[in-house]
Amino acid sequence: MTFAGIAFWAFAISTVTFGLLVILARNPVHSVLCLITTFISVAGLFVLMGAEYLAFLLIIVYVGAVAVLFLFVVMMLDVDFAELKSGFAEYLPYGVIVGVVLLVNIGLVVAAWQLPTDPQLAQPYLTGAEMTANLEGPNNAEALGMVLYTDYIHYFQIAGMVLLVAMIGAIILTFRERKGIKKQNPGDQAARKREDAVEVVSVQTGKGI
Amino acid sequence: MAGSDFLLEYLPILIFMGLAAIIGIAFLVLPTLLAPSNPDQEKVSTYECGFEAFDDARMKFDVQFYIVAILFIIVDLDVAFLFPWAVALFNPELGMDRDFQIFAFWSMFVFLAVFFIGFAYEWKKGALEWR
Repeated sequence: MTFAGIAFWAFAISTVTFGLLVILARNPVHSVLCLITTFISVAGLFVLMGAEYLAFLLIIVYVGAVAVLFLFVVMMLDVDFAELKSGFAEYLPYGVIVGVVLLVNIGLVVAAWQLPTDPQLAQPYLTGAEMTANLEGPNNAEALGMVLYTDYIHYFQIAGMVLLVAMIGAIILTFRERKGIKKQNPGDQAARKREDAVEVVSVQTGKGI
Repeated sequence: MAGSDFLLEYLPILIFMGLAAIIGIAFLVLPTLLAPSNPDQEKVSTYECGFEAFDDARMKFDVQFYIVAILFIIVDLDVAFLFPWAVALFNPELGMDRDFQIFAFWSMFVFLAVFFIGFAYEWKKGALEWR
């Protein structure tokens, strides 16, 4: 087995293991940590497929921002997890319905999926020859850049709109103006002159000002 | 170039990952082997300035931290869209059509205009100021 093959199996096994641990871990903090490990393993798989840009995007966006936000919420927020779990039996039917629907969806995808007959395509990582071809052609980020802004312009612009909605939504939901708080105004501070603030007075001995 | 060069460039990262794992595990395992350990009730119970612990470490705190984090994620994603554009668009090696480049160029500017609407909104609203 090649080095790429060994790396593939290592990352694949760690992805599945930590993915399972995300839902099996009792402690939600451990779940989030396992989620981060899963993301990193998937990033490794992306690298093996030659999708370097996506791999680092996964680490920067998901590990660096999303998972840390999750961790922040889980670790710091005033949530009683025992209380949350107490409603388990009550919500079970709804959870089962959602789970069954998702399972059917996955089943349909798997049933419709055909393994490529060409052994080259069936292989989940790049061989030496493919990597050489990869080095000569455009790299992952360049390949994305060649199609994203023209062929897929609609998706690209919709993504921009979604980000705008997320930004405005986050501000509307959480931002509130606070009254009566003293704020620093750098403009005023810079505009202040010495004459406005300090006065030099010569005081005679034994007398007040 | 040899075929394995592509993965060979990632070898330092792999080595660092291995080192980080080894060092991390060593710091957990060595104390259990080397350090003397005879715990008793008082030693292992929670200590908070000489008092019994008042409450849980979890608490309500200012939602402003979340606004900062969410706005950071959004800007992060915008940069993720900018990067392939900056790398690919005027790279002569890719041999792209002139019209194509100009179209892609303005396509990004429309995207950025949408982003700046949101940015202007959050700036004017004062969400970027800490208060």
